[in-house]
Amino acid sequence: MMDTIDIIKPENKVYGKPRLMNDNAMHYCPGCSHGVVHKLIAEVIDEMGMAEQTIGIAPVGCAVFAYNYLDIDWIEAAHGRAPAVATAAKRLNPGKMVFSYQGDGDLAAIGTAETIHACNRGENIVIVFINNAIYGMTGGQMAPTTLIDMKTSTCPYGRNVALNGYPLKISDLLAQLEGTYLVTRETVHTAPATKKAKKMLRKAFENSMAGKGTSIVEFVSTCASGWKMTPDQANKWMMENMVPMYPLGIIKDK
Amino acid sequence: MAEEIKLMKGNEAIAHAAIRYGADGYFGYPITPQSEIMETLMDEKPWETTGMIVLQAESEVAAINMVYGGAACGKRVMTSSSSPGISLKQEGISYMAGAELPGLIVNIMRGGPGLGTIQPSQADYFQTVKGGGHGDYRLITLAPASVQEMADHVALGFDLSFKYNNPAMILADGVIGQMMEKVVLPEQRPRKTEEEIRREQPWATLGRPESRGRNVITSLELDSSIMEHNNIRFQEKYKKIEENEVLYEEIECDDIDYLIVAFGSAARISQKAIQLAKEEGIKVGLFRPITLWPYPSKILNTYKDKVKGILSVELNAGQMVEDVKLAVECKVLVEHFGRLGGIVPTPQEVLNALKEKLIR
Repeated sequence: MMDTIDIIKPENKVYGKPRLMNDNAMHYCPGCSHGVVHKLIAEVIDEMGMAEQTIGIAPVGCAVFAYNYLDIDWIEAAHGRAPAVATAAKRLNPGKMVFSYQGDGDLAAIGTAETIHACNRGENIVIVFINNAIYGMTGGQMAPTTLIDMKTSTCPYGRNVALNGYPLKISDLLAQLEGTYLVTRETVHTAPATKKAKKMLRKAFENSMAGKGTSIVEFVSTCASGWKMTPDQANKWMMENMVPMYPLGIIKDK
Repeated sequence: MAEEIKLMKGNEAIAHAAIRYGADGYFGYPITPQSEIMETLMDEKPWETTGMIVLQAESEVAAINMVYGGAACGKRVMTSSSSPGISLKQEGISYMAGAELPGLIVNIMRGGPGLGTIQPSQADYFQTVKGGGHGDYRLITLAPASVQEMADHVALGFDLSFKYNNPAMILADGVIGQMMEKVVLPEQRPRKTEEEIRREQPWATLGRPESRGRNVITSLELDSSIMEHNNIRFQEKYKKIEENEVLYEEIECDDIDYLIVAFGSAARISQKAIQLAKEEGIKVGLFRPITLWPYPSKILNTYKDKVKGILSVELNAGQMVEDVKLAVECKVLVEHFGRLGGIVPTPQEVLNALKEKLIR
């Protein structure tokens, strides 16, 4: 019979941590989508051979510390301003690969103007958009993407349309702009979904280097802690409730 | 080669000086009375000559964050606005100070508060030298009093901000921005190459080579003990700036009974006022701070034993006068004279105020 130790050999390796991800312990909660999306970005940048030419823009929100985990150069932006920061980084360094990584509050509430105008100018950047319908970092408040009747700490009786308006489908709105080239909505809750999401991310990064305009990859994501669920429940809840409101797939591909 | 003398507005001088300095980028949003800065840059099309980027942003907030992003890459980048727009930039300025980023911000002040007026004012003195944004930080502040200084302070502001990795502001007003004077522009300098920036600004986020760890530009630090350490480092830097970078001008300050302290357009008006005073036999000099922070407190302190009274002339309700009083430790009479809401006083009004408030 084969011992476990005998199968730990390079030729038997089926999975590895991406080269650009370091050993810092992540602050993300179990079941959160951020870790998987970070991993995909690390893989795509490395596979494109762009590690030395990439500038990431971190948001304010749970991913504020994204710069702790990926060994590339990072700029930490003020809340909502990542697309403006990315605009300057790319315009002043046209040969670099520039992306912003933003949550729903950052991108679709406080940073709406910067998001829309960066997209409308067709900045050659990638916007990675994590939509988990909640403010995770500050403890689970209502986001612009919070579903109707969904409970958060600032809508404890559920999101009320009369008071709070409707969930903002901002990717659909951004797809209307001439400056956007690719707008797609993905998930990372299963291996096949993750594989597909990685392909779209790669396409988005390639578009940015080809000067085709702005590419947006939205990830419908889980926030198990904010939703007060187990990771498994969160995945299930996301597919049953989030995805009907935010349907998956390509919204725009020019 | 003979010097090339040109006639232009203060705002136009800033634009031309920025191109000639070898600036990498300008990001702005229109607001009176400073729109000629971006208009001149767009007209000059420096992206076709030096490669300088000029971009009209969607707001003052976006513009200052573009400056933040460009500065993070070690680039020479700037923005300009006027009072209400500068209020919107304060968050970004605080972030730049916190992340220790260089960059140039131009404020062509107008009367406030609120939307106020489009006429000249110096009412943003407190906002500029006492804070403006949140947190314990300082903003290097230059106060040009002529079109020539508008041009010269572009290079000075950039150089100081890169020397100390701290934002710098040119604080002028609608008079200095709009008036036309002769100016000698600096020679065209080349923009810095990426190799030069990587060498001179090793912290810049230009992509991480294998030879170093990742560069991260951030003002965030959740560990209070480290954050206090960061703040102490900032304070030590500010102290160095206060010790080394003070600039001022003394005009006819020998053998005087009275002193006027004024900056920018108020200094130009006061310069005429001291001539009128001399014609009446009143011995008065003019002290003009060129750096408003760091403030020339040490040299101003020496006047407490030399004069009978000091008049702080400002286009506001009395802001710099507090720093004058602190500088002379209230050991000599210090009064303020100012017009408000966009009104610019005449030299005769300044002289009358001097007589009324100091000579009595």
